[in-house]
Amino acid sequence: MRSSILVPLAAGLLAFPFTGVRNALSVFAVACAAVFLLHVYRTATVVAFRESADGSIDRLRGLLSTLAPYLRSSAALSIISIIFLILPILLNDYYRDILTLTGMYIVLALGLNIIVGQAGLLNLGYVAFYAVGAYTYAILSTRFGLSFWPGLFVGALTAGAAATLLGFVTLRLRGDYFAIVTLGLGEITRIVLNNWSSLTGGPNGIARIGRPMIGGYVLSSTFDFYYLIVLIVAVTIYAVHRLMFSRIGRAWIAIRGDEVAAEAMGINTFRLKLLAFVLGSAWAGLTGVFFAAKMAFVSPESFTFFESVMILCMVVLGGMGSIPGIILGAFLLIALPEVFRDFQDYRMLAFGVALVLMMIFRPQGLLGAVKK
Amino acid sequence: MLELTGIVVSYGMIEALKGVSLRVEQGEIVALIGANGAGKSTTLMSISGISLLRQGSIVYNGVPIAGRPAHEIVRMGVSQVPEGRRIFSRMTVTENLEMGAFVRNKRETVGDMERCFEMFPALAGRRRQLGGTLSGGEQQMLAIGRALMARPKLLLLDEPSLGLAPIIVSRIFKIIKEINQQGTTVLLVEQNAKAALRLAHRAYVMETGKIVLQGQAAVLENDPGIKKAYLGE
Ligand SMILES: Nc1ncnc2c1ncn2[C@@H]1O[C@H](COP(=O)(O)OP(=O)(O)O)[C@@H](O)[C@H]1O
Ligand SMILES: [Mg+2]
Repeated sequence: MRSSILVPLAAGLLAFPFTGVRNALSVFAVACAAVFLLHVYRTATVVAFRESADGSIDRLRGLLSTLAPYLRSSAALSIISIIFLILPILLNDYYRDILTLTGMYIVLALGLNIIVGQAGLLNLGYVAFYAVGAYTYAILSTRFGLSFWPGLFVGALTAGAAATLLGFVTLRLRGDYFAIVTLGLGEITRIVLNNWSSLTGGPNGIARIGRPMIGGYVLSSTFDFYYLIVLIVAVTIYAVHRLMFSRIGRAWIAIRGDEVAAEAMGINTFRLKLLAFVLGSAWAGLTGVFFAAKMAFVSPESFTFFESVMILCMVVLGGMGSIPGIILGAFLLIALPEVFRDFQDYRMLAFGVALVLMMIFRPQGLLGAVKK
Repeated sequence: MLELTGIVVSYGMIEALKGVSLRVEQGEIVALIGANGAGKSTTLMSISGISLLRQGSIVYNGVPIAGRPAHEIVRMGVSQVPEGRRIFSRMTVTENLEMGAFVRNKRETVGDMERCFEMFPALAGRRRQLGGTLSGGEQQMLAIGRALMARPKLLLLDEPSLGLAPIIVSRIFKIIKEINQQGTTVLLVEQNAKAALRLAHRAYVMETGKIVLQGQAAVLENDPGIKKAYLGE
């Protein structure tokens, strides 16, 4: 009972030096509300409601998993592909762009899911690797005329290499330290991008980045980028699916379940965590290249901590380790707020509330499998 | 087969092992008994390479293994059934067994899984059940089966009787004896000194990080001090 007042108080005090009195008061109020909700949550009616809601979501999941083999059949796959091929024709530029954006975040979230959802490493600086990919391509394209297709690989490779170096140091840290170090890493990356003007253009960023070309045709319309991201999403889903059900994926589940037991089974836990970190980061790098080529412009503004948080929210909200869950998460967090533009100012607030509700009612995520 | 010489392990400021020496010969069952907190689990964890030594040496089949990573030690034929079983609760029985064989080539392990189900018929009917939903006894059997899937030459067992009904304990101890008779050397950590001494060939008694007594199990079983302290007589 005492903690119910101490927690909001601590939150308010911690926020105070950063945000000033007024915001600290609102942090305090929100934390109070959260604690209050938690108490309400323990009462019987709410528990009953929660169980029935859980029950129906679980039935939905059950339905999905019985449908899964049909969904993977070639007939279903061709229908799905046809839908996604025709869909943009029915939409205008604006919606095509939103779908493209959503696709980008699906790839980012699936990449982060390898790190957070599979290997259980809380990475709060994921956006750093997205930035590395984007800037690698931006610099190589504007200075050396590197074209897009090799750029995709170079961007992924650079981000992967950066993750390897950092992983060697940070992955030996205990879980909570890892989260804090990656958080710092994300911020440092953004600060470096802002200040190393000779290389990155500082706050002005880099413009006139090369667009992708096929033969002599330059991809530039919303159609082009839509189809390109659909392709990338499809490849990502396939790869992540294969990975999840491989020997490596199984080892990740074991590590997340019980690290000591995993070690006792002869699993090289350090190497497997590093692998998850590197693979996930490489995907972020690849998406960064796509982003740079699509916008033809990059600047540090696109790589804030908020991006990392948002991608993490998609993974957590949708359900760690569940591919459909994560796709759903990306739709909910990107497509919905874009469509309901008027609502945009309240986006942060809505995220916060959604996450708190999620932690209370369904900690495993919307489509996540098992309760903790 | 295994020789520990003067090993010291500490957790921060606390010295959990203060110079432990013991040996296990090929084909033996050696028991390591002692009260809660004596350092038995820490001893096994350092053999497995999960806890790091501050001093001392561990030699396995003539090779020094202290400081080697845990996964290499499993590959060398040392498997542990950790205290509290540590089953992967979200994996099925079959998947747990597959994890046990992680270091081996999958094709070689098919027969082993069936042999495991023969040894533990209680598990055979539950192949697709999640590990977390098994009873304590079944989980212990699964933990032993999982360790055997690595085909160890030396099996380290940490309190397999913990929290189990006497009838299950005797069943599990019978199985440990069988495993040993089939050629696996066993180092058995127990608080249940009576059962352990009856099963083992030799035994060590541990107190606050040190070995205080050692000898033939049959002799220790009749030692007046042991009787008083560990056998409750
Ligand atoms: N992870 C740990 N961190 C700190 N101290 C520990 C840890 N594990 C064990 N200890 C301490 O080391 C000593 C030996 O513990 P342990 O090896 O588990 O004993 P046993 O298995 O004989 O009960 C105890 O004093 C225990 O408190
Ligand atoms: Mg113990």
